Amino acid sequence: MRFVDAITRFLDERLDIRPLIEFAGEKEVPRHRFEGAYFFGGLTLFFFMIQVASGVLLLLYYRPTAEAAFESVQFIVTRVPFGWLVRSVHSWSANLMVLSAFAHMFSVVFMKSYAKPREMTWWTGCLLLAMAMGFGFSGYLLPWNELAFFATRVGTDMVSKVPLVGDWLLRFLRGGEDVTGATLTRFFGFHVAVMPLIITGLIGAHLAFVQRQGIHVPRGLEDDAERRGGMRFLPNFVLRELVVWLVGLAILCGLAAFFPWELGVKADPFASAPAGITPEWYFLFMFETLKLIPGMVLGIEGELLGLGAFALAGVLWFLIPVLDRRARRGEPSPLFTAVGWFVLAYIVVMTGLSFMGVFL
Amino acid sequence: MVSALYPAFRFVIPPEVAEAPTNTVHAGDLAELPPGSGKVFRFGSKPGILVRTATGEVRAFSAICTHLNCTVQFREDMQNIWCACHNGRFDLNGGNIAGPPPRPLERYRVDITDDEIWVTKES
Ligand code: FES
Repeated sequence: MRFVDAITRFLDERLDIRPLIEFAGEKEVPRHRFEGAYFFGGLTLFFFMIQVASGVLLLLYYRPTAEAAFESVQFIVTRVPFGWLVRSVHSWSANLMVLSAFAHMFSVVFMKSYAKPREMTWWTGCLLLAMAMGFGFSGYLLPWNELAFFATRVGTDMVSKVPLVGDWLLRFLRGGEDVTGATLTRFFGFHVAVMPLIITGLIGAHLAFVQRQGIHVPRGLEDDAERRGGMRFLPNFVLRELVVWLVGLAILCGLAAFFPWELGVKADPFASAPAGITPEWYFLFMFETLKLIPGMVLGIEGELLGLGAFALAGVLWFLIPVLDRRARRGEPSPLFTAVGWFVLAYIVVMTGLSFMGVFL
Repeated sequence: MVSALYPAFRFVIPPEVAEAPTNTVHAGDLAELPPGSGKVFRFGSKPGILVRTATGEVRAFSAICTHLNCTVQFREDMQNIWCACHNGRFDLNGGNIAGPPPRPLERYRVDITDDEIWVTKES
């Protein structure tokens, strides 16, 4: 303890940190019936930290070229001590991170926490989710297996449908005409350098907003929150959050150890696409929807129509804080609650049906 | 500002690689392609597909699905060309008959000399 005091004094004399410590000691988090929903944000952050740590480990052996990528991952999972575990943790934690980000997002939607003055937190959150999905998409290709190869061909080909800049975007993403080693190198660069930089900035902003504005108490629960009083951030809330992280870690380790992530077969650009090409589960609802749209609808390419619809839906979703005027005024807005339920139900049902093989 | 960003902007777009255009390739031999079968072959840097109809006629197409770029395959059980990615189907003339593909497959010319199948892309 003396040691800690000494360090604190050393820092305080130079950086004047005492006000910060006092501030942290006074910070409170509201309590109410649905306070459990707050945990998902922190849990997402926890999985992100696991991603950084396990990703750095994988970097020690991974080689981002078409010739060596598959073999290097094979080497990691078969020869490197605990390599299978590290890779499995990286894959599973990525999925759990997206899952918990979705849970976080929908809890925000239903509690209407996006409303003024927290619009910017919602917007950075939306961008964070998009980044997480971008991480998933780029990371999917890195092992250079057959499934990922074709999923990436399909996924990147979609951007070529964007009017005007489509071809340009396609070449930018693929690093050429086709998905080749150049694409792999590019995706690797995005995955380990560009996106981590951007996401770190976004996470910083997102957390700073939450810190600055305090956690939102949903409408109708103010009395409840009042009655229960706040919870001290330090140490109570932090300790509770840590318990949640431990549960997250336990689930992650269980999944990673008992269901090691598969590697599949090495990609061969001159082989036919195998049956069962699917993207990561969080793209499935879009993937299956696009499959259901016929090739041509009223003279427009079905693909274009579907993608346009999803893009529009994404923009509207992003703009919810602006569109939902009632929530902004602090009034109930059942319409947007219904929209939230509809979107959630659509995603869950489509993903579920897809896993059941209904669309094969 | 613009002059500083322009090179960076251009840098991220890969240069066109001048590829010697492949117009004709030896795609395979008749012996390996019995009637009612098909195979994928290399056509320059892209995949192509050969099919032999039940009547013995050999046809060649681009194997790149017109939907979203997957590589199609010949399905003996359907006697059709099939794309695994989204269950697209083409008939043996390359026509898109089911699923999401919006256009037929590009067709190539086939010449057979002494049992060798030669495929030519006519521009
Ligand atoms: S890529 Fe062939 S059906 Fe979609």
